[in-house]
Amino acid sequence: MDGFRYLDGVASLRLADAACIGCGMCEEVCPHGIFAVAEGKARILDRDACMECGACAMNCPTKAISVNPGVGCAAAILAGWLSGSKPSCGCQ
Amino acid sequence: MSEEKGGGCCAPPSGKASPCCGGGSPSKAVIRYEDAFVDGAVDTPAGPVPRIHSRIGSRDLLGRWRVRWGIGRDRYRVAPGLYALGAPDGNAPVLVTANYKLTFDVVRRDAAGLDAWILVLDTRGVNVWCAAGEGTFGTEEVIRRVTEARLSEVVSHRRLLLPQLGAPGVAAHEVRKGCGFSAAYGPVRARDIRSYLEAGWKASPEMRKVVFPTMDRLVLTPVEITGLLRPAGWAAVGLFLLAGVGPGIFSFGAAWERGFAAVAMLAAGILAGAVVTPVLLPWIPGRAFSVKGAVAGGVLAACAVMGLRGALEAPSALALLFAMTAVSSFVAMNFTGATPFTSPSGVEKEMRRALPVQAGLTLLAGLFWVGDAFLR
Repeated sequence: MDGFRYLDGVASLRLADAACIGCGMCEEVCPHGIFAVAEGKARILDRDACMECGACAMNCPTKAISVNPGVGCAAAILAGWLSGSKPSCGCQ
Repeated sequence: MSEEKGGGCCAPPSGKASPCCGGGSPSKAVIRYEDAFVDGAVDTPAGPVPRIHSRIGSRDLLGRWRVRWGIGRDRYRVAPGLYALGAPDGNAPVLVTANYKLTFDVVRRDAAGLDAWILVLDTRGVNVWCAAGEGTFGTEEVIRRVTEARLSEVVSHRRLLLPQLGAPGVAAHEVRKGCGFSAAYGPVRARDIRSYLEAGWKASPEMRKVVFPTMDRLVLTPVEITGLLRPAGWAAVGLFLLAGVGPGIFSFGAAWERGFAAVAMLAAGILAGAVVTPVLLPWIPGRAFSVKGAVAGGVLAACAVMGLRGALEAPSALALLFAMTAVSSFVAMNFTGATPFTSPSGVEKEMRRALPVQAGLTLLAGLFWVGDAFLR
């Protein structure tokens, strides 16, 4: 996203090349344009732009993509730490 | 169709930023014909379907303003189910959206002129992106609503148009297996729906990407502030109490005077973190939000110290500098939940590093501030 970059080297996004059938769903659903399909395979162009929303993994018919989707929200993570549960966006 | 984001906690791509949440209990399933956006019914083989119009009235605007300030956000819902926009027939497209009224209003406004079916999922009053993250805008809910509305009798095609930002909750291939309808992902923003349909259900690369313009960031700031009112109130009480501590054990005069100054500092720190930082986000140096917030708060505090030159003793000046930097840094860190580009892994990493620093600065500020009272 132009003008907006978050931390590098943290995204949990992984693509298993062997399982990819090049259907292009990841390219279609990614809100940051991270994937591109060429010659029947998807490639990750910019892993550090990933916000871990999970749309690609959810819509990958062969489960070639894995990512730890979650709430990118400090308040939720803090509440999760304090209560010992998974961060959730149930705010307020 | 969407608009609303909430990848993480919630924010929006363009147009209608809507921060986190709301949600909770399922929505009442009754479509109320007296709702101002309903202006009749359309007969279908599956029975009458309420017809909605595209006009946004003063009540809709008032409602939008209220939820921007966090008032009654949980209850700002429309009944889930099938609606008709314009005069749709069996070939008309089916647009799927959330039952957050803010989202629903954007869709009916931006789809003006289209003859379309609008299938509203029960996302418990949460925008599309947040609800997708929570799973309420999800595969099963799509299948359930398609079945319940008897959509296969209403339309002759077998195709749904989903908002792209619903994709984190919906597996398109599972929808097809579950109800026979294929799911296509439309544009991120509802205002591109018409261009998307005119282009033959094709999205340009721009339609597929989230953006985060200044206006979107600005509309998110009121709810950031209202969300902080309660903790800030408690902090203010603590500051007034601490302000009275001095050589005479406790002084009410000092509590009032010094307490007032401290609360003004707290308010300035919150404004720096919850308003200045979000609005100037792309231009403030640093990647981590805690760093951006510290820069904003630190610069403002430095200006305040310069402005108050002479009136402040050195320890109090340092206390002001440290405390405002820490408050702004912490508050800005919370804005991560409202942006469409921060990853949970990144936020967690940032928090592990920033929280000890923020706590240390706050402690130092308290020591200098209380210490100053004893030096006088």
